[in-house]
Amino acid sequence: MDNIANTIIEIKGLGKTYSGGQVALNDINLDIKEGEILALLGPNGAGKTTLISAICGLITPTSGSVMVAGFDIRKDYRRTRELIGLVPQELTLGAFELVVNTVKLSRGLFGKKPDEQYIDSILEKLTLSDKKNAMVQQLSGGMKRRVLIAKALAHQPRILFLDEPTAGVDVELRKDMWALVEELRRDGVTIILTTHYIEEAEEIADRVGVINNGQLLLLEDKHTLMQKMGNKQLLIELKDPINAIPETLAHYELELSADGTKLSYAYDIKSERTGITGLLGDLGKAGLSFKDLATSQSSLEDIFVELVGTQP
Amino acid sequence: MNLEAVKAIYFSEMRRTRNTLLQSIASPVISTALYFVVFGSAIGSRIQSIDGVPYGLFIVPGLMMLSLLTQSISNASFGIFFPKFTGTIYEIMSAPISHFEIILGYVGAAATKSLIIGSIILITAAFFVELRIAHPFWMIAFFLLTCVTFSLFGFIIGLWADNFEKLQLIPLLVITPLVFLGGSFYSVSMLPEFWQKVSLMNPVLYLISGFRWSFFEVSDVSVTTSLSMIVMFLMVCLAIVWWMFKTGYKIKP
Ligand SMILES: Nc1ncnc2c1ncn2[C@@H]1O[C@H](COP(=O)(O)OP(=O)(O)O)[C@@H](O)[C@H]1O
Ligand SMILES: [Mg+2]
Repeated sequence: MDNIANTIIEIKGLGKTYSGGQVALNDINLDIKEGEILALLGPNGAGKTTLISAICGLITPTSGSVMVAGFDIRKDYRRTRELIGLVPQELTLGAFELVVNTVKLSRGLFGKKPDEQYIDSILEKLTLSDKKNAMVQQLSGGMKRRVLIAKALAHQPRILFLDEPTAGVDVELRKDMWALVEELRRDGVTIILTTHYIEEAEEIADRVGVINNGQLLLLEDKHTLMQKMGNKQLLIELKDPINAIPETLAHYELELSADGTKLSYAYDIKSERTGITGLLGDLGKAGLSFKDLATSQSSLEDIFVELVGTQP
Repeated sequence: MNLEAVKAIYFSEMRRTRNTLLQSIASPVISTALYFVVFGSAIGSRIQSIDGVPYGLFIVPGLMMLSLLTQSISNASFGIFFPKFTGTIYEIMSAPISHFEIILGYVGAAATKSLIIGSIILITAAFFVELRIAHPFWMIAFFLLTCVTFSLFGFIIGLWADNFEKLQLIPLLVITPLVFLGGSFYSVSMLPEFWQKVSLMNPVLYLISGFRWSFFEVSDVSVTTSLSMIVMFLMVCLAIVWWMFKTGYKIKP
């Protein structure tokens, strides 16, 4: 039972067409599990920000529904929104405001009573302590990003959205951010992040979703994806076409091409025995001879390119 | 009711005011003093009195109204326009807070600031003329209603405006002329009959008239008319802001 995680966000048939006619989301169905880290991967304009905005209440969906912790985001917006923290893609911060005050404002907006200690601890974690009484408009881009994260965490959300958190971010902040994400995950916070970077999704996500043109093209466990990546294909070109794979080769789970001239064999490069030697021997025993051999490897990037048709 | 959020918005807005404290207080004091010098002394020495009220005293309610209207509108409109302009409104929109609570926070803060400015003007005026207030209760009622109504009106302008020009357009092109032509510095009865009729179409006239009545018991129109006009305007503003939030007009794509 333990590994059947609860669904914390349930998205059904979500669609968004902007007033200009731009279809930004098209029938998105997605269940996000409590406590997981989900990476949404997709090129610019794919609809990632729109998806997040719909869940957070920043835009009105054209169709479909979103439930957060069992509550409808429109009817029970108070229940759903207090659970959510959002770090927006853009560095949106007011001016003429102290760092500590803007973080306190966030906490208040989400209905939480003031808590100096907690605010201090957040600032500390984001190494903002010495910037506590600085004006936000005087901070560097990286520092502003930290303040935005502090604001999103100010009300102790159970769900955190990070919209392209590493775009234009220095190495140090990236490191700090992933450490914080790890810590939040240990506390059971569900984290949804968007990115263009495949490595990033690989690095920290439990599951990866691929979005393009407003559609969710793929949603898979990272391990399953990694396995696909770890898999290599051995392509065997036969001298003479065959109609069916001989019985003796059944346990290799080969695939036969439509014209009967090519066999492909998937194997795990990381395992001790790839089974290639055995396969080649058994091919000979079955009376099959081959013209050529080739190997290929699929990466997450290949999968992505295949799905999306462009480079991320 | 998310009271913490209302408080957070309110105090954050009041903090913004405090950062520009000198400007917020000094400018109404200085402009009031100037008006007294120009209108009260220079012109007033020729006009003597209107409806039995010395001219310097007569202009006090109009002067207050002028500041209340312009300050309420500019503070409230800027208060909500600025987060839209910088993008920080995302946080308000994603917070568990109702439209009513958003209005309460922003309009409450703007109205409070106007109340403070109005009071400062009244105190400043007391140095120049011998103030008398015939109906303190009604004076406060008009005072409060005006601050709230025009802060709400400013809030609407701030929501509607998508650039700085629009933000200044209505206060400059509509409000200021209406206040000046609404009998701030004269009694409408001093105008030729035709212009008296035209003036009656100016909603601000009713405000000033009612407010002045609460001070000196002299008015251009009846107090009930004044009161109904301002309450009606408040209702219209409430309806507009309700519609804007309901439809997400200029707020939510
Ligand atoms: N406010 C808006 N009005 C009209 N079109 C928009 C708006 N916001 C985004 N879009 C369009 O919707 C599509 C998805 O955008 P977005 O969700 O920002 O993508 P991503 O975050 O994946 O880059 C894009 O084609 C974009 O131009
Ligand atoms: Mg985006």
